[in-house]
Amino acid sequence: MTDDTADDDTATASDAWFAAEGAASAETEDLAEGAALGADDLARRVREGSAPAPDDWPTVAVETGFADDETDYESALREATLAAARATVRERERADDQQLIHAIRAADDARRTANELAERVAEWGGSLFELDGRPDHTGDEPEATTAPDTADAGVAYARSLADRDPDGPTEAHVVSLAKRVATLADEADRLEAYVEDHAPVVAPNLAAMAGATLAARLCSLAGGLEELAKQPSGTLQVLGAEDALFAHLRGDAPSPKHGVIYTHDYVRNTHPAERGSAARALAGKLTIAARVDHYSGDRRPELAEELDDRMATIRARRGGDGE
Amino acid sequence: MSDADATLPDGVQRRTFDGKESLATRGEPVYGEPTDGSWRAWDPHRSKLAATIESGLDTELAADDTVLYLGAANGTTVGHVADFAGRTYAVEFAPRPVRDLLDVCETRPRLFPLLKDAREPATYAHVVESNVDAVVQDVATRGQAAVAARNAQFLADDGRLVLAIKARSEDVAREPQAVFEDVRAELRETFEILAETRLEPFHDDHLAVVARPR
Repeated sequence: MTDDTADDDTATASDAWFAAEGAASAETEDLAEGAALGADDLARRVREGSAPAPDDWPTVAVETGFADDETDYESALREATLAAARATVRERERADDQQLIHAIRAADDARRTANELAERVAEWGGSLFELDGRPDHTGDEPEATTAPDTADAGVAYARSLADRDPDGPTEAHVVSLAKRVATLADEADRLEAYVEDHAPVVAPNLAAMAGATLAARLCSLAGGLEELAKQPSGTLQVLGAEDALFAHLRGDAPSPKHGVIYTHDYVRNTHPAERGSAARALAGKLTIAARVDHYSGDRRPELAEELDDRMATIRARRGGDGE
Repeated sequence: MSDADATLPDGVQRRTFDGKESLATRGEPVYGEPTDGSWRAWDPHRSKLAATIESGLDTELAADDTVLYLGAANGTTVGHVADFAGRTYAVEFAPRPVRDLLDVCETRPRLFPLLKDAREPATYAHVVESNVDAVVQDVATRGQAAVAARNAQFLADDGRLVLAIKARSEDVAREPQAVFEDVRAELRETFEILAETRLEPFHDDHLAVVARPR
C-alpha cells in the first residue's frame, strides 16, 4: 500500500504531510533521515500540500519513523492541523471588513485625484503640445466633466504625455505631472483589483450578489460588515442617498428609491417604474447576505437564485428588461 | 423509540435532559447544550446527522470509526461525532465558522480540523488517510453528489457514506422531489444507496442518504 511506484492516481510516502522536504527525490523510505521538519513546517505542509490520492498515513508515519505509534501520530497530526487551521483563519481574517473599507476608499480617492489632475494636465498640456491623445481642442480646455469616458480619455492623454521627452523646464513640469496621473491611475487599478479579490473573502454572499465593488461600498457606507448586517434592509436600500433621504424627512422631497445600489444591474437596467420594487427586493436579499456573511460565513448560493427569481417576476411586469 | 435504539452507535444514547428525551454523546459541552454528568444532548434540530439517526435510519456508524466529515461548519455535529468515533477529519472551507470549530477541537484529541474545499480532495489527501469507515457529508453547495463522488476515494470498500442533501442548495426553484431524484441518479454512478429518509420535521427539504461505494 505504501510502495513508491509513481502513478498519477496513487500516493507515495513523499506526498504525506509529514514527509521530509526532498524526500520525493531521495529514494529513501526512511523519512527521519531527511531534514527533520519543525512544527511550523508541518503546519505549512498541512496548509499547502496536496496528494493525488490518500494513503494509510498513520501506518506510513510509523513505518518511516515519523511517529512511534498511532497515538504519537495522532498527537502530531492534531498539533499540525490545529496550527494550520489557526494560521489560515488568522490570515483570512486579516483581510477583514475594515481593510476592505480602507481599500475601496483609497481606490476612490486615487481614481478621483487621478481624474482631477488629468484635467489639469489636459488643460496645461493642450497649451504646449499637439493634442495627440485627445479629440480636437485648442488651448482652452473644456470644462471639467465627470463622465467616465471623458475621465478615461483624460487619463489616457496624461499617459501619452508621460512618455514624452520634455523640452525645457515648463514641459518638464507638465510631463512630470502626467507621470503622477499615470501612476495614480495604476494605483487605483491595483486597489480595485485588491477589492475584487478580497470582498469575496470578507463577505462571500454579499460579494457574489452585489459584485465586489458594490459590496465594499456598502460596507464602507455602513461603517463595517457588522453594522451593515444590523441595519434594516430599508436603510441599505438608501445608503449613499443620504441627502435625498434627509430632504425627504424634512418634508420637501419624495423618498429616495435607491442609493448606491443603483449601480447594480438589477436596479439600473430595470424599467424606471419598477425600479423601486427592484431596489427593495435587491436590498432585502443583500441584507440577508450581509447577515449570513457576518454571523455564519458560509456560502448560500440559493440566496442569489431567490433574487434572480424575484427579479424575473418584477421585470416581467413590464415585459422584458426595460430600458 | 426502542426499535430505533438498535441503530445507535456505541457511545450514543438516549438520555433525559430536563424531562425531555434526547440523543446524547459524552464530551465537553460546546454550545450551551443541556448536559447530564458527562453526557450532552445532541439536538436533531441543529444537527442533520442527529436528525438522521432520530428518524430511525441506520447510519451504520460505530464507535471508534475513522470518519471524514465534509462541511463541518462550526463543529456542532462533528463534535458529537468525535465524541464516539475514532480519528475524525473535519473539513470546512469558510474561515468564520472554523473559529468555533477550533474550540470544539481543543477538548477532542482525535478531531482534526482542515480548512479545505471539499470539492478539491487533492488538497487534503496528503493528510486524510485512506480506508476511512465513514464519510459524513453536509455541504450546502451545488453539486453535492459530485462532492460525494470525489471523496469516495477515501472510503474503505465496506465504508459508508452518510449524506444530507439540501434541495435548496442544488436548485432553489425546483421541487425538492425532482432535485433529490437527480442527486440519487448521480450518486448511483459511484455508490449503491442502502437507505434514505426525509429529515422533516427537523430540517425542511433535506434528504438523508446512507450509501456504500460500488
